Amino acid sequence: MSEIAIRVEGMRKRYRIGERERYTALRDVLGNAIKAPWRMLRGKNRGASNGKPDHIWALDGVSLEIKHGEAVGLIGRNGAGKTTLLKILSRITKPTEGRAEIHGRVGSLLEVGTGFHQELTGRENIYLNGAILGMKKAEIDRKFDEMVAFAEVETFLDTPVKHYSSGMYVRLAFAVAAHLEPEILLVDEVLAVGDAAFQKKCLGKMNEVTRAGRTVVFVSHNMSAIENLCASAYQIDGGHIVRAGDTRTVVSGYLAEQHRPEANPFTNCTRTGNGKLRVTSFRLETPLGKPLDVARSGEAVVFAFGFENRGCAARDRVSFSFSVHTDHEVAVFHYYSHFSNTVFENLPATGTFKCRLPELALAPGNYLVMCRAMLNGDQFIGTEADWPQVYVPLSVASGDFYGTGDVNLTTWAPILVKGTWSME
Amino acid sequence: MATLIQTKAGGENLSAAVPMVVIQPPRGWFDLDFAEMWAYRELLYFFVWRDIKVRYKQTVVGAGWAVLQPFATMVVFSLFFGKLAKLPPEGIPYPIFFYCALLPWTYFAGALSGATSTVVENQRLITKVYFPRILLPLASVISGLVDFAIAFVLLIAMAFYYGMVPTAAALLLPAFLLLAILTALAAGLWLSALNAIYRDVRYVMPFLVQFWMFASPVAYPSTLVPERWRWIYGLNPMAGVIEGFRWAITGQGQAPGGLIFVSAGVVIVMLIGGLLYFRRMEGTVADVV
Repeated sequence: MSEIAIRVEGMRKRYRIGERERYTALRDVLGNAIKAPWRMLRGKNRGASNGKPDHIWALDGVSLEIKHGEAVGLIGRNGAGKTTLLKILSRITKPTEGRAEIHGRVGSLLEVGTGFHQELTGRENIYLNGAILGMKKAEIDRKFDEMVAFAEVETFLDTPVKHYSSGMYVRLAFAVAAHLEPEILLVDEVLAVGDAAFQKKCLGKMNEVTRAGRTVVFVSHNMSAIENLCASAYQIDGGHIVRAGDTRTVVSGYLAEQHRPEANPFTNCTRTGNGKLRVTSFRLETPLGKPLDVARSGEAVVFAFGFENRGCAARDRVSFSFSVHTDHEVAVFHYYSHFSNTVFENLPATGTFKCRLPELALAPGNYLVMCRAMLNGDQFIGTEADWPQVYVPLSVASGDFYGTGDVNLTTWAPILVKGTWSME
Repeated sequence: MATLIQTKAGGENLSAAVPMVVIQPPRGWFDLDFAEMWAYRELLYFFVWRDIKVRYKQTVVGAGWAVLQPFATMVVFSLFFGKLAKLPPEGIPYPIFFYCALLPWTYFAGALSGATSTVVENQRLITKVYFPRILLPLASVISGLVDFAIAFVLLIAMAFYYGMVPTAAALLLPAFLLLAILTALAAGLWLSALNAIYRDVRYVMPFLVQFWMFASPVAYPSTLVPERWRWIYGLNPMAGVIEGFRWAITGQGQAPGGLIFVSAGVVIVMLIGGLLYFRRMEGTVADVV
């Protein structure tokens, strides 16, 4: 067997703008012919009359190689071209230019439940959907019981799926898809369905597939899923591969790009306080002082807040604090420097308050940071110096919090704890 | 769960011959891949099976519709064209005369309409999964045969009732049926591909089917057409099919002869053209449908 599973060379795909979800009515063709007969005859009736280009390159020169047994993630913003690439590799649509070679039987999963028919029963849909996904009837026969068990729909097997609850429907659909065993599996964002528990089950199943040594190309916006499943990743942007390499690096780079604030949020925000001190910036740093775009669970991280001294006397004592909130603005923790018996005196004209957390106990996800400076304060008594009314985004990627070497953290709560377990 | 996965992981070993697929821009006109169609034959079976399963779901009469439609039309035709308009029946009872034509015609009209809309109806499927798209119209044309078979039973009953004995000509019936299938497929390929791009086809279909019926000897014998124009009449393949059916079932009148060869020729040309056109559309249908 050749070592390469997928080889893509200079792949380009052009779409006419508005082509998707649009169809031509004969009226339009005739209308154009009447309006501009000459252009029609010269075959240029779709010309860009308003000066805008009438097409986009959804893929613009993508080349990559994926070896057998590799699990590769494709990440990127919406419209970056990930799904287009997947559609070309699964032969749903043809490229405009370029070439790809695929060595092995391909199964693609761009959607869960493709081809399910409402009027057919669960049993019938398993066969139909399995066949559509490329399974042989004998193969479906063999795996039928496993699929039914996975979907937990035993009692409703002979009920038309139109009477299924949406949860049952999705479970059944995923059960069929999960038992697809091609040599190369192309998966689009299909885990974004169902409830949290089911998503976890799907993720577990995907994990088994990659561990079993199959070649998997996985598109997702769920970065921790990508990190868990894939060893290497490509970031696509504007139809190009802009970043490639091991998943952690690619994901970090991508997240950093996503969360880099457009402008300094502290320049134009509303504030409360007497204004003797002003917070001017926030950034994350490594313990060695290098700027950090994404924090990782379990790793040391420094929260650094730049400030300007606008009238604190040398003997004024400052307690600085910051709080971290979930993206739903629910506070996760709040930390004043004086909790740790630290107050700041002799403030320079400009400087930075730094708080080093030796081990970040936040689960992967997106958070918000807020900060506040109190003057001459301890035990909450004192004068507010500055409280910028702004949330600054903070993204946390999965890391080895528990020191097990496994970054596979699937937890739904924001705080991580660890201790020792025993049984008596 | 754990045991379940272990059996899965160990279950399959990768076959020695790894299939290799090359993906590149559509090129040329002549790249029909019959080997691939053959490889997907099970999916064709499932599409046909789905069509049949779903067709009469949640109806009271169910598969009875397959008989009721041609039967009711036959009664109406016998009354109006036969009894009132006094059409020359050529020595065949009116009901048999009309039913022999309505049998292939009902099949053809249903298969053609089904095939035409199938690509658009399966839009979701086409944009999410790869398979040779030709399976869709092919499945529509094949699944219509079930209705044909059901309606055929009534014909046998009617033949008994009128005391008709099948002649050797009946042996040619499968050939005429095949011609009907190929005609529906050929036209269906063209129209379904066009329908994917121009939705106008959907509105044209009812008229097209109606005009085509008037242009076929369903409600009248083809002997109404002057002898020297008969071959032009054969350009409509359904003329050959229907005359063939009448002749093969009743064993009366003369064999369609030249007409059928003209029809067969036309079908072959239409079919090859349809295959090529459909194939050309196939590569980009997911982008436009």
